[in-house]
Amino acid sequence: MSVFAAVLKRDLALALRQSADSFTVLAFFAIAVVLFPLGVGPESNTLAKIAGGVLWVSALLAALLSLDRLFTVDFEDGTLDQLVLSGEPLVFVVLAKTAAHWLTTGLPLILLSPVLALTLHLPGEGYGALLAALSLGTPTVSLIGAVGAALVLGSRRGGVLLSFLVLPLYVPILIFGTLSVEGAILGVSVKATLSLLGAMASFAVILAPWAAAAALRQATE
Amino acid sequence: METQTFAPATFSGDGLACRRGGRLVFTQLAFRLGSGDAVVLRGPNGSGKTTLLRLMAGLSRISAGKMAWNGVEIEDFEAHGANLRFIGHLDAVKPALTVAENLNFWRDLWGSPSGDAKQAATKLGLGHLVDFPARLLSAGQRHRLALARLVVAPAPLWLLDEPGNALDDASLNALAAIIADHRNRGGMVVIASHGSTVVERGAVLDVGAFTPAFKNVQETHWSEAV
Amino acid sequence: MHRFANPTAFMRIANAIFPWAAGLATVLFVIGLPVALVTSPPDYQQGDSVRLFYVHVPSAWISMLVYGSLALSSAAFLIWRHPMASVSARAIAPVGAIFTALALVTGALWGRPMWGAYWVWDARLTSELLLLFIYLGYIAIADAFEDPERGDKAAAVLGVVGSVNLPIIHFSVEWWNTLHQPSIIKMDGFTVDGSILLPLFLMLGAFTCYAVAIWILRLRSELLAVKLRNARMSEVNLASAAAE
Repeated sequence: MSVFAAVLKRDLALALRQSADSFTVLAFFAIAVVLFPLGVGPESNTLAKIAGGVLWVSALLAALLSLDRLFTVDFEDGTLDQLVLSGEPLVFVVLAKTAAHWLTTGLPLILLSPVLALTLHLPGEGYGALLAALSLGTPTVSLIGAVGAALVLGSRRGGVLLSFLVLPLYVPILIFGTLSVEGAILGVSVKATLSLLGAMASFAVILAPWAAAAALRQATE
Repeated sequence: METQTFAPATFSGDGLACRRGGRLVFTQLAFRLGSGDAVVLRGPNGSGKTTLLRLMAGLSRISAGKMAWNGVEIEDFEAHGANLRFIGHLDAVKPALTVAENLNFWRDLWGSPSGDAKQAATKLGLGHLVDFPARLLSAGQRHRLALARLVVAPAPLWLLDEPGNALDDASLNALAAIIADHRNRGGMVVIASHGSTVVERGAVLDVGAFTPAFKNVQETHWSEAV
Repeated sequence: MHRFANPTAFMRIANAIFPWAAGLATVLFVIGLPVALVTSPPDYQQGDSVRLFYVHVPSAWISMLVYGSLALSSAAFLIWRHPMASVSARAIAPVGAIFTALALVTGALWGRPMWGAYWVWDARLTSELLLLFIYLGYIAIADAFEDPERGDKAAAVLGVVGSVNLPIIHFSVEWWNTLHQPSIIKMDGFTVDGSILLPLFLMLGAFTCYAVAIWILRLRSELLAVKLRNARMSEVNLASAAAE
């Protein structure tokens, strides 16, 4: 487990030192959300109705933006070769890098979301569900994203290809995430949708690192 | 640093073949190293020196043949990584971290608590730079920082791809010194080099001699049977 | 190197199947098309637009069948490193994408008279649309690398990941659909009359045989492409050998 700790510590140190990267992702999240009222009009009923979906779609796009760099830098400067040679299963490296990605993008997105929800007039009942759904859903976003990011390493199309591969796979998270927020506003129990988000997260944490590790090995081969 | 000696070990390969991008780079290649041995890989461009080093590291996949550590065939290449340190063309240096932080990361990754960043940096002539961000280093200094990985996290087998590139005479001497020291402690070195050599009494392996004849390329590719 | 690496055996079987698949597809189309499009009775509710189903249902069936075989080929390639598996997957992916698109187009054409709109967010159509995106992603990544072998491997991982995800996507879309559109609109909401079964099965058979035949044809051309690449490589080797 020294591998997990070492990689996590280094990635967090790097993120802290280059905090502009995380900040850019947050700024993208904010501007994307702000564009919706400008596009559909400031009518508060309309905004309240779409708030959950808008926040989720924007969060997915913002996370995607940062995923492009998850392995690229390590791949290009030769660090990835060394990480493959750590002597421990590569899955630990993937888990550490994904955890660092979530801590530096997923978590800040969650913390910023209530503020942005205010601008969309999200009804008060929706906030708890929004935070819960984002907390359960964003780890899966990072995990599935890690598979996509590893697959496109060294490809000719990089970032655009990554979005194209990963977004369809995000559909279940988007659906259950948004339904949780909507359900809470309507006063329906959101246990089911939140449990499904949790189930997907546990499923992803078991399977995604293996797929990502296989893809990383292909990239260094 | 405590002089750590390595348990006697052997590293060998037999009947090795490797294919890159549909091309058979070499075939029927064999090598053998024991404690304290060094092998210098020679051969023209494209003969597969880098490929062979990556193969030895377990980064590239063997198309045919097998490699053995202490006489036991290597099957788990993930675990094999712990036996070796690989220095490739890329320095794997993080510009945002200081020299010491870069080295401490490698020490932690390979779990060698005895490693000392300051001492390792000093051996490669970077002792005065430990607290500076690696972003400020020159290309040669970055390469030396990469080489300092060998010292900070010891492993019995060193695989070095053109380690003398971008190094001045003083640094070449430092490199020769750490290689000699490593061999004295029972370490093994494989070094790809077409320029000045930094090892004494090293065996020479001409990788170019294993380039398959044109005819073999035809015979061995699976799709030719269509 | 590989016990199965030699494609000769594989192609011998494929070539033996080809005339049967192509012949059967022709026969079934010759019988099935007139039955489906002319002689079968119009539906009492949908009228003649029910005939779109004889294209829509087989297309949707092929789109899923092909993804299944794509996922199996991908898994086989990752496990056994059998190069033929990746050639097969490369050959069949565009076939799947085209039938998926055909299912979407016929679904939309059917939707216009039935629902009054070309596109309705029906659960099946939505799943089919996402399947199309996954197919396109697969084709894009297989072709995204200078080294085609890397493309094969990356596509294989994506194929397996997609096969794990597709049921979850379908399930989530179903859930989303029932919450947003309480079961007024459903594509399978008509009673299955005996008269539609004969043309439907004829067309299902015809489409399946056709897909198999096309797959074998594309397999041949993929193999030729590999052969061509190798011939070029040999030429380069020969030229460099001559230069030395």
